[in-house]
Amino acid sequence: MIKKCLYVNRRAPYGTSYALEAIDAVLIGAAFDQDISLLFIDDGVFQLKRDQDTTDVEIKNFSPAYRAFDMYDVEKLYVSEEAMAARGLKKRDLVVDVEVLSDSTIRDLMDEHDVIFTF
Amino acid sequence: MKFVIQVNEGPYQHQTTDSAYQFTRAALAKGHEVLRVFFYHDGVNNGTRLTSPPQDDRDVVSRWSAMAAEHDLDLVICVAAAHRRGILDESEMKRLDKDAHNLAPGFRISGLGQLIEGVVLADRLVVFGD
Repeated sequence: MIKKCLYVNRRAPYGTSYALEAIDAVLIGAAFDQDISLLFIDDGVFQLKRDQDTTDVEIKNFSPAYRAFDMYDVEKLYVSEEAMAARGLKKRDLVVDVEVLSDSTIRDLMDEHDVIFTF
Repeated sequence: MKFVIQVNEGPYQHQTTDSAYQFTRAALAKGHEVLRVFFYHDGVNNGTRLTSPPQDDRDVVSRWSAMAAEHDLDLVICVAAAHRRGILDESEMKRLDKDAHNLAPGFRISGLGQLIEGVVLADRLVVFGD
């Protein structure tokens, strides 16, 4: 059975382990042939920021993984317009191409999914 | 209804596990089916049998084990999260060449695929987290 799975990413990339864990969970979901979308809201939009340099915090920079998602047929990436604006981010600041959605559209997006994973 | 329960926090510091336990118990009492409880992130710390809470406090780990025995409940610990946090069963101890194992009765260690497979089969995924 294929379900529409939405992975909601809410946190900045290195302060907690959630962003890294989400990447694993997305790839496992893809291995199970599920219909996968990713949504980045709140500080989660920072996960997609271009030019991350984690040398000083001694944690692996995993942001290149987002660019590899299309190899696993994970191609639906959405970001919150409000979250981007509040943090001074534009689409060109991100490592991957995304669709920018208003918060009211995000409600509809969540509504049309069967499963929501939060990270 | 068929549920999969996801637990993201360890015992005691957060109410998360208590809420997940109470929810699972209530769902079973109402005749619902709980296909699996998946312990993820710091939630894997619910699976160590070495916890020793004070006598006048609830015993979170034993409580899960007892529920598993009573209801044949599938308690799954995420293997990647468990390795990072030192939660091991006997076979993982040998495989990783460690000198001890600590998995509590009724729990088993497996992969994230168990979560994905669970939600594919379930009507609802209910997540307990911070």
